[in-house]
Amino acid sequence: MVKRTTVLGVIGSTFVWAFLLALTVVVLYPLLWMTLNGFKTNAELFGNPFALPVELRWENYANAWNRGVGDYLTMSALVTITSTIATVFIGAWAAYGLTRIKIPLSRTILIIILAGLMLAPTVALIPLVRMFQAMGLYNTFWALLILYTAFRIPFTVFLIRAYMMDLPAQIDEAASVDGASRARAFWQIILPMCKPIIVSTVILNVLFTWNEYLFAMVFTSGGDFQTLPVGLTNLMAKHGTEYPVVFAGMVMAAAPMVLLFLVGQRYFIRGLADGIGK
Amino acid sequence: MTVNELTRGPALTAPVSGAAIEPPKKRRTGSSPLAAARGLIWVLPAVALLAVFVYLPLAQNFGFSVIEWDIYTGTQTFIGLENYQKIIEDPVFWSALVNNVWYSIISVVFQVCGALVLAALIESLRSDRWRKAFRVIYFIPSAISLTVAGLLFYFIYEPRLGLLNAALDGLGVGELGQAWLGQENTAIFAIIAMSQWQGFGYCTLLFAVALQRIPSELYEAAAIDGVGPVRRFFSVSIPLVREMTGLMMIVTVSGAFQVFNEVMVMTTGGPNNSSQVLGTWLYRSGFVRNDFGYAAAIATAIFVVTLALALAQLWISRKRRVEW
Repeated sequence: MVKRTTVLGVIGSTFVWAFLLALTVVVLYPLLWMTLNGFKTNAELFGNPFALPVELRWENYANAWNRGVGDYLTMSALVTITSTIATVFIGAWAAYGLTRIKIPLSRTILIIILAGLMLAPTVALIPLVRMFQAMGLYNTFWALLILYTAFRIPFTVFLIRAYMMDLPAQIDEAASVDGASRARAFWQIILPMCKPIIVSTVILNVLFTWNEYLFAMVFTSGGDFQTLPVGLTNLMAKHGTEYPVVFAGMVMAAAPMVLLFLVGQRYFIRGLADGIGK
Repeated sequence: MTVNELTRGPALTAPVSGAAIEPPKKRRTGSSPLAAARGLIWVLPAVALLAVFVYLPLAQNFGFSVIEWDIYTGTQTFIGLENYQKIIEDPVFWSALVNNVWYSIISVVFQVCGALVLAALIESLRSDRWRKAFRVIYFIPSAISLTVAGLLFYFIYEPRLGLLNAALDGLGVGELGQAWLGQENTAIFAIIAMSQWQGFGYCTLLFAVALQRIPSELYEAAAIDGVGPVRRFFSVSIPLVREMTGLMMIVTVSGAFQVFNEVMVMTTGGPNNSSQVLGTWLYRSGFVRNDFGYAAAIATAIFVVTLALALAQLWISRKRRVEW
C-alpha cells in the first residue's frame, strides 16, 4: 500500500490503535477475571472484584472436578469424539457419492441434504422428544450422539463436497485403471486428499458439540449423565454459594476449546470462511 | 451450483475406464442402472439420518400444533388452529417476539456493521503480526460456550460481586449501577450485550477474510488517486464485501430468532417473563407447563421466520455467484 504520512494520518492511526487495544482489554479482562476468580475464596471474591487472588487455590479446581465437572468433561469428550467421527465419515461418504460417482437423483439428494442447513433445531424439538421417549433413548448418551450427527451432516457435506468437487477427475480415472474398487478409491485416495477440509470440519464439529446446550439440556438433564454446558448449570444450582468452585468449573469447560482454536486456527479459519461462502 | 459442477468428476471417468487396460469387472461398467443404484449406498446413511431425525419431526411438528394431547390418557383430539389463536392472544409470545427483534437489531448493528468497520481497521494495520493477533484475540469469546459466557456475565452483572457495578463505581458513576439481570427493563438488554461480546469476533474474522480477498491493486489505485482511507472504506471495501454483508446479516438475524442458551443460563426468561424469547417460551410451554401443542405452534412461528431468512440467504448467495 502507498505510504502517506500526514498529521491527520498519525492522529487517525493513534486513535485506531487505542480503540483496538481498548477492545482487547474488554475481551480479555473478563476471561482473566474468570480464571483468577477460580483461585480465590468466597471472602476474597466479595471483597474487591479487581483484586488478585491472595494465593493460587488449586483445590477449587480439584473441588469442581470432584463435584461433577470430571464426569461432565468425560461425557462431553465422549459425545464430542463419537459424534464428530460419525458426522465426518457419513458426511464424507455422502460428499463422495454426490461428487465423484454417478448416482441416480443426485441433484434431489443434494438438495435434501443441504436444505437441512436452513432448519432451526428448535422447530423439531417437541416431536424429537416424543420420538426418543418412544424409542427408549430419552436421557441417554445415544440421543445426543444421534442428534448431533444428524443435525451436523448438512454443514459437513456442504464443506467436504465443495472441496471434493475441486479435485481433478483424473484421480478417479487413475484409480479405476489400477483396478481399485470404489471403496478403496475413497479410503486410500480421495479421503487422504481431503485432509485439510476434514481437519477444518473436525474442528468446527468439535467446537459445536462441546458447546451445544439446547439438545443437551432437553435430552439429558433428567438422566445420569450430562455434558459440560448442562453440567455447569447444575454445578451452579447445587453449589451456587461457592462461587470460586463454579468459576474453576467454567475455566475447565472453556480452556480445551480456546486451546483447540489457538492450535488449529489456520484450519479453523478456512473452515469458517468456506462455510459461509468462498 | 450448476448441474455441470455436480457431474463433472464422474462424467469424465466412467465410460473410458478399464476397457483398454483390462477386462472390466461387471460392477465398473458404470452405465448399468444397477451399478448406478449401488452408488446410492454412499449417500444412504446421511439421507436416512436426515429423513428420520430432521425432516420427520419437522413434519410432525405441524401435526402436533393442531392436536390436543392428553398426557395421562394418551387421547388425541383435533383442535384445528386453536393453538395459533392462543398464540395471537398471548402477551408473553408477543413480548418474546419483540425481544427477538431487539436481539436481531442490536446484533446487526454490532456484529455486522460494527464487525465490518472493525475488520477494516484491523486490515488497515501495517503489521501483519498485529493483524493476526487482533483477529485471534477477538475470536476467543466465540470459542467458549454460550453457557460459560452466560454464567461469566451473570457474575459480571451480579450487584454484589460483579465487575460492572464496581467498574462504574471506579469511574465515579456508581449511581448507574443496578441489578442488571433482576429488572424487567434491563434484563434482556444485559443478555443481548453479553451476546455481542461473545459473538462480534466471529463476524470480524469472517469479514477480515473477505476483505483480504479484495485485490490490493484496487486500494493502491484509489490511494494513488488521492482517496483517503475513510473514503476507500466506503467506495472500495463496502461494495466489494456487500454480498458477505448480506449473508452475515441473514445469518445473524436468523441466529437471533433461535436464541435459547444464554437466556436459559442467565435469567430463564425472568423476571416476570420480561426476558423470554421465542425459544425459551417454547421450552417453558412444552416442558414446564406441559402444553406440547402450544409449544409446537410456537415452533411453527420460529420455522416460518427462519425459513424466510434462509430463502433470502439462498437468493443472495446465488446472485453473488453470478456477479463474482
